[in-house]
Amino acid sequence: MPVRIWRKPLDLEKAKPPRGEIHIIKDRCKGCGYCIEYCPRRVLEESDEINKRGVHPPKVEEESKCVVCSFCTAVCPDFAIFVVEKPCEGGC
Amino acid sequence: MTQNENLAHPMEVFLRKSRIPHIWCSGCGNGIILHSFIQAVKELEMDSDKIAVISGIGCIGRVAGYVNMDSFHTTHGRAIAFATGVKLANPELTVVVISGDGDLFAIGGNHFIHAARRNIDIKVICANNFNYGMTGGQQGPTTPLEAYTTTSPYGNIEHPFNLVSLAAASGATYVARWTTLHVRRLTASIQKMLQKRGFGFIEVISPCPEIYGRRNKMRTGLEMMNWLKKVSVIENFSDPAKAEVSRDRIIIGEFVDMEKPTFESILYQTIKRVQEGKGR
Ligand SMILES: Cc1ncc(C[n+]2csc(CCOP(=O)(O)OP(=O)(O)O)c2C)c(N)n1
Ligand code: SF4
Ligand code: SF4
Ligand code: SF4
Ligand SMILES: [Mg+2]
Repeated sequence: MPVRIWRKPLDLEKAKPPRGEIHIIKDRCKGCGYCIEYCPRRVLEESDEINKRGVHPPKVEEESKCVVCSFCTAVCPDFAIFVVEKPCEGGC
Repeated sequence: MTQNENLAHPMEVFLRKSRIPHIWCSGCGNGIILHSFIQAVKELEMDSDKIAVISGIGCIGRVAGYVNMDSFHTTHGRAIAFATGVKLANPELTVVVISGDGDLFAIGGNHFIHAARRNIDIKVICANNFNYGMTGGQQGPTTPLEAYTTTSPYGNIEHPFNLVSLAAASGATYVARWTTLHVRRLTASIQKMLQKRGFGFIEVISPCPEIYGRRNKMRTGLEMMNWLKKVSVIENFSDPAKAEVSRDRIIIGEFVDMEKPTFESILYQTIKRVQEGKGR
């Protein structure tokens, strides 16, 4: 979906995007790659590791880019990835 | 990043843990549909003791065994018949049927059209993967014209059903079609359907890379999902009869959202009237 910003929000400087903590249940992953492909912020990538099922689970490339949209969780057919929002440092 | 495997997945409470991981293939859309359904239940804060999930036979039929709710895995084609009994015995329940294109529209086709005609308060979610996944990928009532399956090795010579048009013409009061890539809209649509009374139907176009995709030049789930991304067009409340599903275009969206007295409400009102001696 295209992101449309019609005007600059007045509190843009103050508003901090949420930060996420990404959890991957590696041995559940079947390696479909959906979370990697459809993450809007390209936070994930394929790891070199081979899990119990013989596939490469995703790994986090850059967690600070995550905006906690949870699309990876929604599109994962195997309940293998989820994200929890981190309380932001120094208060929001 | 945390690799804490002790922290439970937020959907775990809605799943029968002993049955997870599920048996579906890598990239199979069924898991996304299951997730979307329980996400909708969670966000609506519904009491899961008041929900009954009924499925038929097929890969998607396994869903009845995975949800941590009252559920029943019926015989092939009879999910709606069973659900009708559940709804009439206990009208307080939210009765959800989650089943496949073959189960609901081949062997179970008559149950579907008549339940929709009666407007019984049952919510039907169909995982349309264009074939009979479980039994090896036979051609079925939703297989697109010219598509390859094990029983259409030279290309399908039959026209498929347009499920949203069939549901609308049969009398369903809520009708929508989404794909497994449109999960957010799918979840919102399931929520809307769950909150309405009457016969609701959501078709979810779902990748079956293992059996259907590989015969149709889409070997992986990613190839199937990227195809869905490329060809899907949202046309809310357009004419369902014109909502095509073809190689080049899939029309998705909501098509019907209306109110009509439900079968069980008319039935119970009639019983009451007759018992009060005001038969006619
Ligand atoms: C009475 C009866 N006839 C045939 C079968 C064989 N059978 C099992 S699953 C299935 C079709 C499933 O297709 P679908 O509903 O599309 O589910 P999918 O596996 O694609 O998810 C058939 C024909 C059966 N189990 N019972
Ligand atoms: S929550 Fe959103 S941004 Fe974060 S990893 Fe998942 S898909 Fe990417
Ligand atoms: S979507 Fe799920 S199963 Fe697919 S690669 Fe990502 S974690 Fe693994
Ligand atoms: S055969 Fe197809 S529908 Fe069945 S589990 Fe595998 S991918 Fe899913
Ligand atoms: Mg099928």
